Amino acid sequence: MSASSNSGTFRIKGAGRLTPARTARFTFDGKSYTALEGDTVASALLAHGVHLLGRSFKYHRPRGILSAGPEEPNALIDVSRDAARRQPNVRATVQEVFDGAKIASQNRWPSLKFDVGAINNLFSPFFAAGFYYKTFMWPREAWVKIYEPFIRRAAGLGVAPTEEDPDHYANRYAHCDVLIAGAGVAGLTAALSAAATGQSVFLVDEQPEVGGALHYDTATTIDGQNGYDWAQAIAAKLKAMPNVTVLTRTTVFGYYNHGFLGLVERVTDHVAKPAKSAPRERLWQVRAKKVVLATGSIERHMVFANNDRPGIMLASAARTFLNHHGVAVGRQVGVYTAHDSAYEAAFDLKRAGVSIAAIVDCRPDPGEALLAQARALGISVLSGHSVTDTGGRLRISSMTVARNGGGDARRIAVDSLIVSAGWTPSVHLFSQSRGKLRFDGVNQRFLPDIYAQNCVSVGSCNGTDDLAELIDEAIAAGGGSVTLAGENRFEWTGGMIGAAEGAGPDTTVKAFVDFQHDVTAKDIRLAVREGMHSIEHIKRFTTNGMASDQGKLSNMHGLAIAAEMLDRPIPQVGLTTFRAPYTPVTYGTLVGHSRGELFDPARKTPMHALEAAEGAEFEDVGNWKRAWYYPRRGEDMLAAVNRECRTVREVAGVFNGSTLGKIEVVGPDAAQFLNLLYTNAWDSLKPGKSRYGIMTREDGFVYDDGVVGRLAEDRFHVTTTTGGAPRVLHHMEDYLQTEFPHLRVWLTSTTEQWAVIAVQGPKAREIIQPFVDGVDISNEAFPHMSVAECSVMGVPARLFRVSFTGELGYEINVPADYGPAVWRAIWERAAPIGACLYGTETMHVLRAEKGYIIVGQDTDGTVTPDDAGLGWAVSSKKSDFVGIRGLKRPDLVREGRKQLVGLLTKDPALVLEEGGQIVADPNQARPMTMLGHVTSAYWSENCGRSIALALVAGGRARIGETLHVPLKDRTIEVEVTDMVFFDKQGGRING
Amino acid sequence: MVDSGADLANRTSPLSGFHGGSSTVRLEAAPPAERISLRCRAEDVAALSSALGVDLPVRPKTSASANGRSALWLGPDEWLVIAEENGGLMQAAKNSGALHSATDVSHRNTAILVSGRGAAAAINAGCPQDLSLKVFPVGACSRTVFGKVEIVLLRTGEDAFRVEVWRSFSDYAFGLLAEGAQDAAV
Amino acid sequence: MLLIHCPYCEEDRSELEFRWAGEAHIARPENIAAISDEEFAEYFFLRNNEKGLTYERWRHIHGCGRFFNAARDTVSDRFLTTYKAGMPKQLLPETGASEKTVETYEATEGDAR
Repeated sequence: MSASSNSGTFRIKGAGRLTPARTARFTFDGKSYTALEGDTVASALLAHGVHLLGRSFKYHRPRGILSAGPEEPNALIDVSRDAARRQPNVRATVQEVFDGAKIASQNRWPSLKFDVGAINNLFSPFFAAGFYYKTFMWPREAWVKIYEPFIRRAAGLGVAPTEEDPDHYANRYAHCDVLIAGAGVAGLTAALSAAATGQSVFLVDEQPEVGGALHYDTATTIDGQNGYDWAQAIAAKLKAMPNVTVLTRTTVFGYYNHGFLGLVERVTDHVAKPAKSAPRERLWQVRAKKVVLATGSIERHMVFANNDRPGIMLASAARTFLNHHGVAVGRQVGVYTAHDSAYEAAFDLKRAGVSIAAIVDCRPDPGEALLAQARALGISVLSGHSVTDTGGRLRISSMTVARNGGGDARRIAVDSLIVSAGWTPSVHLFSQSRGKLRFDGVNQRFLPDIYAQNCVSVGSCNGTDDLAELIDEAIAAGGGSVTLAGENRFEWTGGMIGAAEGAGPDTTVKAFVDFQHDVTAKDIRLAVREGMHSIEHIKRFTTNGMASDQGKLSNMHGLAIAAEMLDRPIPQVGLTTFRAPYTPVTYGTLVGHSRGELFDPARKTPMHALEAAEGAEFEDVGNWKRAWYYPRRGEDMLAAVNRECRTVREVAGVFNGSTLGKIEVVGPDAAQFLNLLYTNAWDSLKPGKSRYGIMTREDGFVYDDGVVGRLAEDRFHVTTTTGGAPRVLHHMEDYLQTEFPHLRVWLTSTTEQWAVIAVQGPKAREIIQPFVDGVDISNEAFPHMSVAECSVMGVPARLFRVSFTGELGYEINVPADYGPAVWRAIWERAAPIGACLYGTETMHVLRAEKGYIIVGQDTDGTVTPDDAGLGWAVSSKKSDFVGIRGLKRPDLVREGRKQLVGLLTKDPALVLEEGGQIVADPNQARPMTMLGHVTSAYWSENCGRSIALALVAGGRARIGETLHVPLKDRTIEVEVTDMVFFDKQGGRING
Repeated sequence: MVDSGADLANRTSPLSGFHGGSSTVRLEAAPPAERISLRCRAEDVAALSSALGVDLPVRPKTSASANGRSALWLGPDEWLVIAEENGGLMQAAKNSGALHSATDVSHRNTAILVSGRGAAAAINAGCPQDLSLKVFPVGACSRTVFGKVEIVLLRTGEDAFRVEVWRSFSDYAFGLLAEGAQDAAV
Repeated sequence: MLLIHCPYCEEDRSELEFRWAGEAHIARPENIAAISDEEFAEYFFLRNNEKGLTYERWRHIHGCGRFFNAARDTVSDRFLTTYKAGMPKQLLPETGASEKTVETYEATEGDAR
């Protein structure tokens, strides 16, 4: 055998499909290697004779490469480009080598070849299945200090990167008539057939190129052409069709409801120098009218003693490495099989010049066709024999072969052992679609049975073994008419599930079922002996199939071993449910564009930039960025708020109220509609006037509040709380559309149509006067709660005389694009007069000084209008409104309900904490009887003391009483008061 | 005292100065427009159509354009009518004499024009609708979602869309479109 | 993700455009102010939350904005029909699907035939 000099001594000249001249350099654990373009990390390392890739999860046993595909449980590696671009737990059999890749093994310390954790292997009796349920039960404290840190360290597979991921990820929604998962013979044929009908087709395959099993199966020809070449030609033809999208390096990871599929496309993970604009991965969210599952099948390993040594791998994997990558997995290869397909791997290796030590076939009679071929190639076949053990430390060095039933044991030197227990149809996506499986007893496999969605399985995932039949099935699934003739060399038969000879219930050997979680046949039997009879319990007790490979290799074996122990047929023991994702998906892919500034919309008002220029600090209110306060040089928040509070009451303040929710209610029945949605009566409100309204839900609790202005008989300008705007509109639409559809009224959100500039304080009129045209805003002509459509700075405006401060106040609404200009002009006039800009914090303090509530802060969804001291806003004359019946419920009218009241601390300097609990007697035994809690608490500069609002049981009857707010380190004495702390007569508002 | 009216306010568009895209997608802020949200019952559609000079479409997901005005079907009794600035839409609707609700939303929305052969793919970065020409032909329109915000999407050409979005969501929409445009060019 | 047919838009749209709005065909009593506490509880608080065929309301909130009704099998998540608000309850035969084929998602585990 001759080897290419630098891409590995196990590279076989003339074998495989890679181009020797196209190389890529990478490092593995710091050592540099040369690969060929198109290599996976696995094939590249194997080409250099490297089989040891990692340590196992629990016992830290040396592990190598078991497969050549996504089912790989062992060869998990850490792949990085730089410190931040690093990903752990990547399957070496999937990761393509790129120039400059830094690959590291995982789960070993200090080095791969000498691993301290391997001592776990010696103590393995203590790590049997379910060990952590029993071993670490007590003492309780030991969990936190000893057991959990130990388990976490021992259990760690890879190590997560610590730096922010600098890559970006894309999302794409797509639709198609037919989505085909898998581009092997079946998938390609179905795609050809579907594409011929003109339907829109998605053909998706996880590998870099189409072909599926044709990667290794060189014995199949289609239309007289080599199968793999045929596949590439068909893919090229399909790609050229406008109705077909071919996605390679793309995994269908989830098949959800109603034809919805999640796909992840790996765009740059194989590229040495990705373009900056290219996403690392792209999530495709596809809605398919029909799905064709052509997902093939996965070869199973044999379960026998020490079946996990590096160098032991699936026969089809060895065949892939040879026929696709041109790499021999060893020089002296043993074969252990219960299925025909391993023979073809042996034949291919032999023809490529690799020595085959023996084919050990546990079946008594493999069939003459295979035996004849083996003889012709000079390969000895030991039928009716099994491999009962293996030797070697970091790599297999021998296999022990014995005749079934015992005796005649001998050791045969090998440097690689390829195995096959048969094939497991990949029904993962079918099962995710909520289809139901049936057990094919003859071939010991689960197959699709009852479909839950418009979906069809074709090919080997459907148990269709015959190539001609497979092609017919795929053509039918595509719905078109194409003709193809396929031919293969052998009809495969055979296969087994469960433990092989020498690993039965009477043994204590380590015969691995689940490599990634180190679950052995013995563990599964132990689970049954411990009383686990359901496969779900066995799975959780042993963790079989719960690793990141989700039991692609282990589930069937585990099930068979459990069934044998339970002495029940396999279908009665059942199968665990396959769940998405089929293979692990990065967080980046799922997050997609939603990061940084696109994580969530940051809603800014039209005046945002002007506020920022004035030094505003912003707070988040829902998605809105609201100016919180405007600190001047040297001011902290309290100082700024105190100054703003004082200035508004002494001169005036300018406030941005744009985020206030606004709904235009228009139509001849508008007043009637509002009568039904608010507790207040609206018929009596005249155009040009506004009123404070309370909205309750049907249960009688306060839902929202706001000022409603009547602009015309049939037009109202309704305001809502900032956070409540969408919810209130939804609530209104619900009643309008489904309960009161006879009303001639329509609702439109106008929150963002208007920029709202509130000017509040004794000088408010003086400030806005020069800008306003078309309305007399004198106190007489335009008193408190007036509204007018007018013109401000030449712009059509809505002017409200309204106050949330208790001062003379106006709210100027101008179309939003004019907001900055009007704001600037008003501020230019207000500033020299001595007014200030103020933010939401000052707004909160000023309104609390006046006892004005904030829905959602002073109310919590269990507060009635009367509880909030707003009983006056509930009309007693109306025969109906939403909440009318709820308000009469016995609990809502009983004595002693919590009511909003004011609280004054005995020590005026103390500011209460919002949420603080209130009790009558602070010395009572715990748990104390809580009377209520503090809802709002501030330092009031204008009152020269702290103020608070609170919900207190029977609150209004307690005015004058002393209550207590117990805190961790002290108890604060408070006096119950009414809710108005400033200007109790309320004269200022009419100034 | 400031002389009233001497200092007329000027407009500041939320997306003024925004532009971007990729080799396959062009993104630009649409010029300021007049818009109304128009609501009426089926029996009044004819009167309003004639008053506005554009036939209000009554089939879902369709729009109509005439006399510099576009009417987009948003719901069975709801249209978004778009005209050039100062298009007199409110007055025109009023002139119909028919029962209706017209609300000025000129400043509530802003619009982003998306064009180029990657336009649909860029929008599909955040919009779950099928934008193939068969399902979403030229003239089709729909209120829908785009990432985390709501938009009204109008197809103005085979490779051209108008994305109407509430103003405070517009920089998010533009940002996501920019990423979608970049991805559409990969 | 569900695909929901909006009876107003006459098209299937992604669940992303919709909001669920509770059980359908619960009419607000016309004389609501006069009903008893029990009647109010029945109207406002108590819901059947049936397994299998259920009638529920959806709103095409990010589409045409309309509320409508749907008959959905809560086990298979299949929509049997959707229809406009105000239309009478569309009576449907109990679906075979919910009777036996699929139990709750968890219960399907270990239940291959």
